[in-house]
Amino acid sequence: MITTSGLTKVYRTHRSRGREVTALDGVDLHVREGEVYGVIGQSGAGKSSLIRCVNLLERPTSGTVTVAGQDLTALAGRGPRAGRELRQARSRIGMVFQHFNLLSSRTVQDNVELPLEILGTSGKERSRKALELLDLVGLADKAKAYPAQLSGGQKQRVGIARALAGDPKVLLSDEATSALDPETTRSILQLLRDLNRQLGLTVLLITHEMDVVKSVCDSAALMEKGRIVESGTVADLLATPGSQLAAALFPVGGEASGDDRTVLDVTFHGESATQPVISQLSRTYNIDISILGAAIDTVGGLQVGRMRIELPGRYEDNVVPIGFLREQGLQIDVVDHDEPALAKEGAK
Amino acid sequence: MTWSEMQPLLEQACTETLIMVGWSTLIAVVGGLPLGILLVLTDKGGLLQNTVVNKVIGQIVNIGRSLPFIILMVALMNFTRWVTGTTIGSEAAIVPLAIGGIPFFARLVETAVREVDHGLVEAVQAMGGNTWTIVRKVLVPEALPSLIASTTTTVIALIGYSAMAGTVGGGGLGDLAVRYGYQRFETGLMWITVAVLAVAISLIQFAGDFAARALHRRGARSGPAPRLRLLKSGEPATADVGKVA
Ligand SMILES: Nc1ncnc2c1ncn2[C@@H]1O[C@H](COP(=O)(O)OP(=O)(O)OP(=O)(O)O)[C@@H](O)[C@H]1O
Ligand SMILES: [Mg+2]
Repeated sequence: MITTSGLTKVYRTHRSRGREVTALDGVDLHVREGEVYGVIGQSGAGKSSLIRCVNLLERPTSGTVTVAGQDLTALAGRGPRAGRELRQARSRIGMVFQHFNLLSSRTVQDNVELPLEILGTSGKERSRKALELLDLVGLADKAKAYPAQLSGGQKQRVGIARALAGDPKVLLSDEATSALDPETTRSILQLLRDLNRQLGLTVLLITHEMDVVKSVCDSAALMEKGRIVESGTVADLLATPGSQLAAALFPVGGEASGDDRTVLDVTFHGESATQPVISQLSRTYNIDISILGAAIDTVGGLQVGRMRIELPGRYEDNVVPIGFLREQGLQIDVVDHDEPALAKEGAK
Repeated sequence: MTWSEMQPLLEQACTETLIMVGWSTLIAVVGGLPLGILLVLTDKGGLLQNTVVNKVIGQIVNIGRSLPFIILMVALMNFTRWVTGTTIGSEAAIVPLAIGGIPFFARLVETAVREVDHGLVEAVQAMGGNTWTIVRKVLVPEALPSLIASTTTTVIALIGYSAMAGTVGGGGLGDLAVRYGYQRFETGLMWITVAVLAVAISLIQFAGDFAARALHRRGARSGPAPRLRLLKSGEPATADVGKVA
């Protein structure tokens, strides 16, 4: 549904002095129809630049963007202004913003009607559609209120209703929940999930919160310094040994108790039973195993368990037991002393 | 001088000032609004970025803004005659007042429009809106409380200018104060003129504040009313008023 290939964005801050920031460095993104796709990464990784390039609010330096089969970069034309065709294409892509961006001079209903005014919809049809959308996001009773009279979560609901007014197939969301408290975040994410299911809406969302990816995303990508370093469906990522995203999505705590210890993360999906495996391991090799941490959670709709265990001795001494665990069909990640930064962040 | 002698003089002067200020404000707003918006749009990073146009308009506005009104009035004498057929009287005074008012208002509009959150512009762009839509549906409505405050400031400044215009044949309250108060030592009439001006200015300020605040209230729960900024940008205006009074 959304495909970018070789997407590059270079900002030239001082034209004369020629200082350049490469915000996107050859990004290939592929979002399938009907999925919720999360892009995560640290501040400055280029997430906003990426999403703004998708509807060409930001013009890519090179590369192409295709949305619903239409090559938007080809429509862009020259010069900073958007031509007619690009504007039409944009009206079929909804966008929600971190700071809501509602017009304070308009009522809630008039805000939702704005995209329809731009599309040239008649007045009667506009208000019918706006009220229907407000009902969908649970704000039917606030139609005549002004944005200043709403809470953050309600404002974002209006933002979502507005984004849906043009009947888009694709919804872009740049940190739509970052300005909201955890409770409200959950309800907004639930709303996005419902809309995704009910309307078959494809959602591309940017976030820096792992919880967001965990609760709503079918697929995810990790960005670092303008590149996508990991991507795939959440299920695939969790099954990928050494995946930073998986470790961050599903962190288990616990530090090694000494230097000559080996710490392992054991991941098991749903039915694979762990208890016998661990006790078998202990019996077979006659080693003492300490459990540092364990958790069972639902990630992307999948039941996943993860356990962090500690074996005596260095990695070299434990090659055989680790091999045994792998043979049992478990996913084993050996935890280095220096964990990836993202995993630490997620574990907090 | 008795009240019955003063009354017709005052009435006529008030009407003249009203005509001068009313028409010139109208023209200043009609001319200054697009200029101010254009200044923002053509600026670097603006929707219609165009350095040449921006520099040219900016320069014209700056000159118009900094030129002492009395000099502008004299400089425009021929133009005024060409437009109105005369250089004396309230109608003739409208020409330099309007031309002085346009850049004054344009700068205030520029400041007001610049304060509109860029995120709103971006939201409308993302909906597929063009520049004209953004001007009509975002920039002007969102800046409206500030634009009203700017209009108030402009009216008050133009009352000040009109007093100067009055002394060279435009009539009005300023003219009255100079002719009777200064030249004939009719201090009574002069003080009444001062009082009328003071009351008029207070009323205008009050009405403007009220309108701006009423519009602003729906925009932000509490938030500072545009008055604070108005006082700041209104400094030259109050200075001019001071001269008259
Ligand atoms: N308009 C701009 N002009 C110049 N540099 C920019 C511009 N926008 C972004 N950048 C730079 O591009 C890089 C990527 O920025 P971007 O906003 O895409 O990051 P991000 O991943 O969204 O970060 P955050 O999580 O903080 O929102 C940063 O180094 C930033 O300074
Ligand atoms: Mg960002």
